[in-house]
Amino acid sequence: MNMNKALLLAALLLPGSLLANPHEKQLANGMRVIVKEDRRAPTVVHMVWYRAGAMDEKDGTSGVAHVLEHMMFKGTEKVKAGEFNRIVAEAGGRDNAFTSQDYTAYFQIVPKAALPRMMALEADRMANLRLTSGEFASEVKVVMEERRMRTEDNPQSLVHEALYAAAFRAHPYRRPIIGWMDDLEHMTWQDARDWYRHWYAPNNAYLLVVGDVDHQQVFREAERTYGRLKARPLPARKPQNEPEQAGVKRVTVKAPAKLPYLAMAWKVPRLKDVDHDRESFALEVLAGVLDGGDAARLPRNLVRGRKLAQSAGAGYDGTVRGEALFTLSGQPAEGHGVAELETALREELRRIRDEGVKEEELARIKTQIIASQVYKRDSMMAQAMEIGHFEASGFHWRDYDKLLEKLRSVTPEEVQAAARKYFGDDSDDRLTVAVLDPLPIEQAKPKSNAKSAVAGRHAGH
Amino acid sequence: MRLLIAALAMALSAAVQAGVKIEHWLASSGARVYFVETHVLPILDVEIDFPAGSAYDPAGKAGLASLTAGLLDAGAGDLDEETISERLAGIGARMGGVTEGDRAGLTLRTLAYPRERDEALGLLKLVMTRPTFPDGALARERARGIAAIREADTRPDAIAAKRFAAAIYPGHPYGVSPAVDSVGSIKRDDLAAFHRNHYSAARAVVSIIGDVTRAEAEAIAESLTRDLPAGSPETMLPPVSLPAAATVKVAHPASQSHVHFGLPAVRRGDPDYFPLLVGNYSLGGGGFVSRLMKEVREKRGYAYSVYSYFAPRKLEGPFEIGLQTKREQAADALKVANEVLAGFMKDGPTDAELAAAKKNLIDGMALRIDSNAKLLGYLSTIGFFGLPLTYLDDFPAKVAAVTAKDVREAFARRVRAENLVTVIVAGD
Repeated sequence: MNMNKALLLAALLLPGSLLANPHEKQLANGMRVIVKEDRRAPTVVHMVWYRAGAMDEKDGTSGVAHVLEHMMFKGTEKVKAGEFNRIVAEAGGRDNAFTSQDYTAYFQIVPKAALPRMMALEADRMANLRLTSGEFASEVKVVMEERRMRTEDNPQSLVHEALYAAAFRAHPYRRPIIGWMDDLEHMTWQDARDWYRHWYAPNNAYLLVVGDVDHQQVFREAERTYGRLKARPLPARKPQNEPEQAGVKRVTVKAPAKLPYLAMAWKVPRLKDVDHDRESFALEVLAGVLDGGDAARLPRNLVRGRKLAQSAGAGYDGTVRGEALFTLSGQPAEGHGVAELETALREELRRIRDEGVKEEELARIKTQIIASQVYKRDSMMAQAMEIGHFEASGFHWRDYDKLLEKLRSVTPEEVQAAARKYFGDDSDDRLTVAVLDPLPIEQAKPKSNAKSAVAGRHAGH
Repeated sequence: MRLLIAALAMALSAAVQAGVKIEHWLASSGARVYFVETHVLPILDVEIDFPAGSAYDPAGKAGLASLTAGLLDAGAGDLDEETISERLAGIGARMGGVTEGDRAGLTLRTLAYPRERDEALGLLKLVMTRPTFPDGALARERARGIAAIREADTRPDAIAAKRFAAAIYPGHPYGVSPAVDSVGSIKRDDLAAFHRNHYSAARAVVSIIGDVTRAEAEAIAESLTRDLPAGSPETMLPPVSLPAAATVKVAHPASQSHVHFGLPAVRRGDPDYFPLLVGNYSLGGGGFVSRLMKEVREKRGYAYSVYSYFAPRKLEGPFEIGLQTKREQAADALKVANEVLAGFMKDGPTDAELAAAKKNLIDGMALRIDSNAKLLGYLSTIGFFGLPLTYLDDFPAKVAAVTAKDVREAFARRVRAENLVTVIVAGD
């Protein structure tokens, strides 16, 4: 792949190559500080990632990681509720936060002069959050509205929720990040407080700063802010490994919609060791062969060629703390059904198993990987997300270049071998299939929220 | 996520620090070219827009503008769509169609190394100037479009957006959405004619940012636009008339009601835009510091998402307040939102609100232009709508000059109660 090599060389010669940058320092309390200098614009991304996400919750309080994320904006001993947002906004910045199965992260994007203030505020709410029952009662209602919007009234979200709940019996990925509605209705402010006390400690967090900064200055500022916080013992984490699946699982969701939808998920290995786990890279490339852009096989063969699918996709994320799934999904085109689409998706896997993949397909995937890395340099947020996500699954940012190098070294034989091993004859034993059975909206009964109306307490404080 | 980014993304344009040098010239084809030279990253972004958005759909053919833009790369010159997509993927380039109300066109992002750049630009030129609109691809995309419409017609958010546009723009192209019949009636000749008539060099706006010199940018613009069709005389959109106040209720079984209210409000380049932008920040554009967010979400827990925005267009673009709330409390939430609007219209922003809005809009300029991708958005908007080349430089002074009285007067002129239309989907 000459072109790949030339491109790779060029990409490595970009300013601020990873060799000297990012910079890292660990504070005495265990918190790691990672700084990537990028001087293109006088702005900075400031993020704190906590190694606690929905997978660390217990049954009965699903969604508490995300609810606490909301509560983190409700003020501390020193900073009033809403004040954090106001300060960021006045600085000309924007801020937000997100919760995943594996982590919870908070960020501000601000003009660079505002960075010290952001670090002081973020460090303050790491230790001094003021949780009140009044603020909680109001905010948990907001979260229920969020769940209605994202999940209850979104048929494809319901299918994915059902898919994970069916695929995992023991592993915590079976619970939705936003939580079951019933758990939200019965959540108390003490549940949120306990979550905060358990997981929000400097030794369970890392700081990421990307932008127009001097890393030594950021290190000094981090000492002055986060460095003052005390490390705390963290709760033990049990592995909660999923027992072996012994046969295909199928689940159906009925919801108001027109087109059916199909999602298939196979349990496959995640990436554990960047140096030795070739299979995870082969699976990642396999997903790219199927769904890496318009020229990939699923859009080409199923959407355009056979016109069987309105849409079709493949996905694999091997950098996770928990269990990895390889997914195929799609909507059948009008006049076709989910069974037909399932057969067609399986045929695409079978063809790779039997016939392998072409060199030029692989070359395209690898070129796109390199180009994506270059395009990522246009966004400080994208660069911060890349490091943050990789670190969250237990890897070190230094190994990211190695991961890219490994991806580029995947051979057609390895892709075919992975397809044979994970999508062969007995692969249905690790498969879960979830289907949306569309309900004409005239036949659907209006969804009453009576229960939550009763449970929802009056706001006010 | 604590806040849905999509809602905020509508909260419209703001600005840039001084010092972005926008170069502008006319190509010999007549195309208007806007260029920012920056060599930090080996990336080139190009966008070509035409006044060929969905507002230019002929009567009964709603969806034509979008299908035309979408099918440009379904075959061009001697190349079929598979070859085009393989070649783009093979050099890591990304090409996409854009269709809005006013404009349509293509964007290209490519590595700026000569080999990748030249091949990517060659493909962009080919699909822009010599699309073949093959019957097979048209039939397929028509069917997909129709399926997508039928699907969207079951989703409360999509129904609300469609009904809101129809209700505030009665009888105007801005209010028309593609329908099963209109898309079904589109033929190959319609696409070819739409391309021939609307994708003309004289009306093309070419925006270029990235790792090329001015001389290279000139050559790129020349080459891209030289062989575009001559075009028909420009179609003039009919004027927008204001709707009478009304409430539209649409039954739906969803657990949440989707509530939108608003009206046609402001054009691009209108002097009222800055007072409206600054005022709207305090009303519902400024996220958690806005009145709507405080009253509807923070105090009462009624909604996850509540916002307001002005979206200026060539003609009067919409002002809209939107929220989603569980259906049993939709009336209460709407009442609160209406009271917030009425209160703001009456008293306008407080001194503190006004100062906070200005500080965010002015100091936030740096992060609104801190990437080539973001700058391209400004470049193409300035070019297409004929805003001053100094728009970014002028922005702080324009914002700083706004007074509370300006805000109240602009709102009073543009947001009249007698023209406010409310759409409620899935209300009780």
